[in-house]
Amino acid sequence: MLLAIIAIGVVIVALLWDLVLPSVKTAVARHRARRAIIPGASYDPGRERRAEQRARQLLKSCVDDEEWGMYRDLGFIRVWGAMARAPRRGRLGSDDPRAGAPYAYLIYPHKPIVAYLPQTRELLNEYCVEFPDETRPYGSALLPDSDDVLAKWMALTGDERRLISTANMHLPGRQVDPKQVRRDLWRLGQWERERLRRTPQAPGEVAAP
Amino acid sequence: MKFLRMKPGHGEVLIAEGDVELAEDEELLIEEFRRQLDLGMWAAGPERTSAGRREARMVKAFEEIPRDAERVIFFPRAAGGA
Repeated sequence: MLLAIIAIGVVIVALLWDLVLPSVKTAVARHRARRAIIPGASYDPGRERRAEQRARQLLKSCVDDEEWGMYRDLGFIRVWGAMARAPRRGRLGSDDPRAGAPYAYLIYPHKPIVAYLPQTRELLNEYCVEFPDETRPYGSALLPDSDDVLAKWMALTGDERRLISTANMHLPGRQVDPKQVRRDLWRLGQWERERLRRTPQAPGEVAAP
Repeated sequence: MKFLRMKPGHGEVLIAEGDVELAEDEELLIEEFRRQLDLGMWAAGPERTSAGRREARMVKAFEEIPRDAERVIFFPRAAGGA
């Protein structure tokens, strides 16, 4: 009798084992997978933000206070052109009277550099230029925004001709909306007036109306 | 003198530092300067003009760096964009 009960028990266990074994194996595998250490660099969502903060500090330490304020408040930097002649517009001849006028550039992060005439706010050209780092240390070849602005600023103030000759020149409006640029120039004018108003005057000096 | 390099996803990285008045340091800086240019970097040093404005000096050789420069910044060479 006892032998029969034991035999029946063994058969029941054997049958249940076949049913239970796959789910036990799956559960063990899932547990191991959860506990496993995944090799390789994990994604850090704060990396880009920290990189941009570093880049902003570097930019601030390199450019003038006025240029830094401009970038902080308006999101771009104006750099005066230093070449004897303003960049020529594609459809204008070399005898155009505007060719020798003072000119300037607007530097935006990861957008073309825009050349314009400050006196008339006429847009001259877009200069498309990039600073790709092909080593892609974190999977991207793009510098942080403020590093891109600083690279353009250094290249423009250090060797304007070289940068301009490297860039691809296009007529205004190809990538940067001319309406946006004109709005930015208006904002720049307002910003400069406000800045002048705030600047403490020397004794005896009279404020402009 | 410090050598800084701009890096995507990181910001600037200090790649070398030394005193140019010490021969050993200067040699190390020259070596690193050449290495960065060989990697396709441009180098520039921020400085102040006689008029008081700040601008950059692009340098193509170590000898072009002013001896009193505090830092040189390396950044990827410019390329025409789309």
